[in-house]
Amino acid sequence: MNRIYVDNAATTKPSRRATEVLLDVMENNYANPSSLHTPGQLAAVALADSRRKMAEILGCEPREIIFTSGGSEADNQAILTGATLGLRKGKKHIVSTKFEHHAVLHTLQKLEKQGFEVTYLDVHSNGMVRLDELEASLREDTALVTIMYANNEIGSIQPVRQIGEICRKHGVLFHTDAVQAVGHLPVNVQEDNIDMLSLSAHKFHGPKGVGALYIRKGIAPATLIEGGAQERGKRAGTENLPAIASMAAALEEAVEKMDEYNAKLTAMRDRLIEGISKIPHSTLTGDAVERLPGCASFCFEGIEGEALLLLLDQKGICASSGSACTSGSLDPSHVLLAIGLPHEVAHGSLRLSLSHENTMEEMDTVVQAVTDVVAYLRSISPVWADLQKGTKEYVIQ
Amino acid sequence: MLYSEKVMDHFLNPRNVGTMDDASGVGEVGNAKCGDIMKIYLKIDNDVITDVKFNTFGCGSAIASSSMATEMIKGKPVEEALKLTNKAVTEALDGLPPQKIHCSVLAEEAVQAAIADYRKRNGLPVDDIPSCNGCCSGCSHEHDHMHGHDEGEDE
Repeated sequence: MNRIYVDNAATTKPSRRATEVLLDVMENNYANPSSLHTPGQLAAVALADSRRKMAEILGCEPREIIFTSGGSEADNQAILTGATLGLRKGKKHIVSTKFEHHAVLHTLQKLEKQGFEVTYLDVHSNGMVRLDELEASLREDTALVTIMYANNEIGSIQPVRQIGEICRKHGVLFHTDAVQAVGHLPVNVQEDNIDMLSLSAHKFHGPKGVGALYIRKGIAPATLIEGGAQERGKRAGTENLPAIASMAAALEEAVEKMDEYNAKLTAMRDRLIEGISKIPHSTLTGDAVERLPGCASFCFEGIEGEALLLLLDQKGICASSGSACTSGSLDPSHVLLAIGLPHEVAHGSLRLSLSHENTMEEMDTVVQAVTDVVAYLRSISPVWADLQKGTKEYVIQ
Repeated sequence: MLYSEKVMDHFLNPRNVGTMDDASGVGEVGNAKCGDIMKIYLKIDNDVITDVKFNTFGCGSAIASSSMATEMIKGKPVEEALKLTNKAVTEALDGLPPQKIHCSVLAEEAVQAAIADYRKRNGLPVDDIPSCNGCCSGCSHEHDHMHGHDEGEDE
């Protein structure tokens, strides 16, 4: 079957270059970077090269980068760092949002059990934080602000630079989960006033199981993993050099081609939005303007997302949804609830996330397939029948 | 794979889909908030279910469970249909993932609700039929029932 992969926010296909580098390092540069012999030192050089490349792209110094197992670990470490430093000064308040990734939310919940107080900012119907609300939430005892760069389900891009500015003004540490942004948007930690940033390689055509945490110098990182002196003692464990080198190569490639890719992605995304918005009683989720170039996300009234995904899969289309049935819980995605959608509408969600490997032709196929499947599921849905009869009122006009 | 071949077959080619204008009994259970609603229409002649139709809002297993349940009661006497259990529906589908068992519960309840409606219309007693309160998480019936309350995420 000819498959159309439009689930790139879940993970991307590693680029040829990323795969080549990974294999090359595995075969030819397998020594331990901590070893004193020549192969070990060559591995250390490759590690330093990767760190330097990534630092250059992010706008920081190589020593400000800690390689991790991915975005979740980086999020955990950043938040723990903010909490630990805050605690030393008696600060036990953290500001975040309602629609963060679970790597952030669950870490915050753990801190709440340990006596921290967390303010979860509203993200409003367009999935955007409001700067005045952020500023108003800051207190004398605020240790950390953690707000994602761009949302993984609805693609809304936060005003990170201004958030960073406000945090600097109030002397509060600012962490951003930039897993969906790095490699797709021109992220620069200096210009964006970021103190800590998490990224993950597999979201920009690198390998899975590797990521990084940027921590501005002067901020002492808390450690999650104790052991050897790797990563300046802040993240023990023999470095995953093949994946790290591959990640650096993937990021370099993504940044090199960012403008070219984003022009293509934006055009394809807008084709999807235009086509799918013609389906009656459907809505685009997330901000219409401030959104990731490759992210188109919707809700359809009267249907359920898992059935939609399964039928799209039958047509070779790989997408995702924030419905309860895809998460294994009774509740639909916390992101969709955070933007104020009622449960019954949030159950009918669809996320299409693109890569440069997609084509305009595929977009037309996807629009047609989604239109057909939504119509079919509505034809067998008692909820849709009630909406049509007027015994129930539409939420989405 | 998440689902058995049987589940996929009944999801992709659901039997008895539709509505009925002259139904002898109609039952609707579930809650849009929880993500599943099933509506079953029964045509009953001489206490035998001669035809059955369903409409379902829900996931793949909810649609498959409705389809299977309607197949299992079609042509059966009402009293026999009343004995349909979610366990029997699950077994006929060659199993459901643990977090989807509630879909089969909904199918059992939809059949019971439709039969209760038929009995009420005919002035017959319904106190032997358990009723669904429409709240999935508040379900207190004795079922082979497990809702997944764990959160899962792909990113």
